[in-house]
Amino acid sequence: MNKRFSSLLAIGFLLFCSRTWAQLVVEITKGQTEAIPIAVVPFDTPGAAAAPFDVAQLVSSDLARSGRFKTMDRKDMVEQPHTGATISFDDWRRLNNDYIVVGQVQTVDPDHFNISFELYNVLTRQRMLGYQFTANKPGLRLASHQVADMVFQKILGIRGAFATRIAYISVLGTLPHREYRLIVSDADGENPRVVMQSNEPLMSPAWSPDGQSLAYVSFEDRLPSVYVQYLPTGERRRVSAHAGVNQAPAWSPDGKKLALTLSTRDGNLDVYVMDLATQALTRITDDPGIDTEPQWSKDGQTIYFTSDRAGGPQIYRVGIRSGDKPQRLTFQGSYNARPRVSPDESQLAFVTQEDGGYRIATMDLHGHGEVQVLTKGHFDVSPSYAPNGAEIIYATRDRGRGVLALVSADGRVQERLVSSEGELQEPAWAPF
Amino acid sequence: MKRIVSIALLIAGAALLAGCPKKNNVHEPPTAGSQVSGTSEEGASTSANALGGDAASQGGDITGANGVGPLARKVIYFDFDKSEIKPEFAAVISAHARNLTSHPNLKMKLEGNTDERGTREYNIGLGERRAQAVRRALMLQGVAESQLSTVSFGSERPAAEGDDEAAWAQNRRVEMVYVP
Repeated sequence: MNKRFSSLLAIGFLLFCSRTWAQLVVEITKGQTEAIPIAVVPFDTPGAAAAPFDVAQLVSSDLARSGRFKTMDRKDMVEQPHTGATISFDDWRRLNNDYIVVGQVQTVDPDHFNISFELYNVLTRQRMLGYQFTANKPGLRLASHQVADMVFQKILGIRGAFATRIAYISVLGTLPHREYRLIVSDADGENPRVVMQSNEPLMSPAWSPDGQSLAYVSFEDRLPSVYVQYLPTGERRRVSAHAGVNQAPAWSPDGKKLALTLSTRDGNLDVYVMDLATQALTRITDDPGIDTEPQWSKDGQTIYFTSDRAGGPQIYRVGIRSGDKPQRLTFQGSYNARPRVSPDESQLAFVTQEDGGYRIATMDLHGHGEVQVLTKGHFDVSPSYAPNGAEIIYATRDRGRGVLALVSADGRVQERLVSSEGELQEPAWAPF
Repeated sequence: MKRIVSIALLIAGAALLAGCPKKNNVHEPPTAGSQVSGTSEEGASTSANALGGDAASQGGDITGANGVGPLARKVIYFDFDKSEIKPEFAAVISAHARNLTSHPNLKMKLEGNTDERGTREYNIGLGERRAQAVRRALMLQGVAESQLSTVSFGSERPAAEGDDEAAWAQNRRVEMVYVP
């Protein structure tokens, strides 16, 4: 993970020396009522102005951002212990904390740091976690996210996804001169790196299952083509440039195939599967309507897709063996499109039309196919699951601008990621 | 013969102008003799230009590049979620159909677009459907299949920005682009 992260950074600097990108700022728009109270005490930094930034602050803001924790304000802390032995549990209990995190950041040499931390249950005084590890300077931020991940997992039993990345499209400039950028950043919006830019549209970034490559659509020749770009080197390959549309790439779970949308000469869009090694195509759907936005099931045997074969767009699934008949999944409302499968395949996230607005909804894939509309916007599109399935990132509009937002998969926590630059579109959350 | 065609085009253009003042208003206002250049490889926003001008200028302008005459009109607008060509655009399509059939070496790319609502990839499908509707209309009037190609930009290349119907109406369109 560390290695991957560093090499990715290197690419970012290599391709674009300036890092003047405005960062995303998280605003929590709707919190969870039963958030767990926790205190993340500022870490001790023996050896003076050692750490390039405040590790404990990052851990604290990660936990707060999840909406599942209520983090204690530093100015309310009457003391700041750095080891378990010096915690006065009764005091922290009186301040209504259920948990406390203490730790230290020690300088090994100017480029390496030792992080040690402990997590305690304030009520039982039990030590729940104790870890120590070394990070280099560029890896320190990632290491801090990993601390938050461990605390999150220990308390909630859900793997944390703070130390992950997202990809998205940012559009800059005004018509008719626009610049389209494909950006990869940390999940909290920090460390944005431009991995591709063009004066023609870029769209539909999709992560390979190993998190090393992105497939996307580029109109750089004023025609759509699907490219696969290997992030560690920046090397890219045009994998589909047929006449007509080349759209909506989606990686198979084994990373060897892409599902994508192609068209016939008379403009009929259907879903195909392409073997990445041979570029051999297998046609998956065959219908005069628009069939697009394919997504794979976890076992790689089924493809979910959007089709307007019955009138408006609805979501279907079909086995990839020939002769399999598509099965319609959505029946509520006249517009249900762009399915994304949750990591455990227990639910689908998709875009639905409700009260004239486009919103993010989920559907239970087991049981009775219960639908829950999670958002209340007018232009909420492009949902993408966090790799732990706990949250969904999506694109929305805020005062006429394209921004990214998050909603917990149960709809109870909502956040907006605000950036000061560009129209942000099509977020795609990377795998672990 | 050329003169007759030119006059016919002028009449068609005049009829069009009378038929759909609203649509013209949301784009560039018609200005007689305007020299704004028509759409070319890079041009999306400057493509729908003025009608009118003198008939004499049309003989040599087979791609509408000088911005006058019905051939200078190269954008077909659509209703929300529709790909049917509205009657007011029949004359524009006929003018280009005649132009393409009388100049078999000309090639045209049809660029389909949608407004910003809905999902991006599904919008690619809707844009393609619109481009195909114009392609079929041109072929029905005798244009060879080999002269035409389509591309859909979906909602990725809007002509106007804004989250309202005024902008969306300008974005639901097919741009007819003469290509080398």
